[in-house]
Amino acid sequence: MIKITALFFLVTTSAFAQQEIDVVKFNTIQKLLDDKSASIQIINFWATWCAPCVKELPLIEAINEQASQEGVKVTLISLDFADKIDKVKNFVKLKKIKSTVVLLDDIDYNSWIDKVDKDWSGAIPATLLLNTKTGKRKFIEKELVDGELESLIKEIKE
Amino acid sequence: MKNLVVKIILLLIACVLVNGKSFKSGYDIGDIVADFKLKNVDGKNVSLADFETGKGVILIFDCNTCPYSKAYNDRIISLDKKYSSQGFPVIAINANDPEVSPGDSFTEMVEHAKKNKYSFPYLIDETQSVAKAFGATNTPHVFVLVRNEQTFKVAYIGAIDNNVRDASSADKKYVENAVDELLQKKPVTTSKTKAIGCSIKWKNS
Repeated sequence: MIKITALFFLVTTSAFAQQEIDVVKFNTIQKLLDDKSASIQIINFWATWCAPCVKELPLIEAINEQASQEGVKVTLISLDFADKIDKVKNFVKLKKIKSTVVLLDDIDYNSWIDKVDKDWSGAIPATLLLNTKTGKRKFIEKELVDGELESLIKEIKE
Repeated sequence: MKNLVVKIILLLIACVLVNGKSFKSGYDIGDIVADFKLKNVDGKNVSLADFETGKGVILIFDCNTCPYSKAYNDRIISLDKKYSSQGFPVIAINANDPEVSPGDSFTEMVEHAKKNKYSFPYLIDETQSVAKAFGATNTPHVFVLVRNEQTFKVAYIGAIDNNVRDASSADKKYVENAVDELLQKKPVTTSKTKAIGCSIKWKNS
């Protein structure tokens, strides 16, 4: 009985620690793009199978750690296929990712890709920085290097 | 006067910046492509000039490793089955740097083509110069070329269809529509699309 209780405890606590990941359509992302609650938004498109995406995640996570007090909102949009949601959940848990993660399940890419940025060819990683007050934006379609996000945030604040 | 000079200089700089930004590398619709010579998985070199008797070519930048390439693999094979007899064969090119993506080495490509019974050339773009000339960014990234005497002109650039995950749910078959229209000598209705995919693994410079 003790064993079962212990097991139950273990299962429930680990479940609590796990971040909920919403599977969304593009209209949810559109709302996010229009959201002005934070002064700076960083929206990163990634996938668990994309090696350069996985490599740059710690840089984005570092920004997220200090983000809230600076009015910066970070969202990681996974483009993993929706049937791989468990893989994304496990990845987020394993890497202890604290930024908000959603999975965008909107497979007709050409219906929405230009709404994120007209210059986006479709490759990931891709990162959008938005100044929600001035409308200034930066779109980076390649792997971020150390220190790049900090200078981009500075640029966009100007 | 000094002010005016400064203003002119600033204006010139601004022009350069604007031009720099609008400049995009790679081919656009209607461009004539330069021929290339790349090694096929059978060890022989393949050029566009080898396809001078056909109506065109479905050129696809692809690879062994990308989940999108894997999802589209059967559809690429079907494209060749359907269109090579009608004069539009598939040519697949892998431009990924094997140092960055070990699963895309030439040996792995030979294995991949054999396992999947490729009926079409699968070429290695070792220097990545062909991918750069075309402006390919993703895998799979399709360029439908139409032949006009000895030259090949770009008629379609983009994705295969609008549902990478499930072929039967794709209701916009971009490449098939483009090739069908070209076969009927009609203009291509949708000549450009975008597709999310794996970026081509460029060499670390």
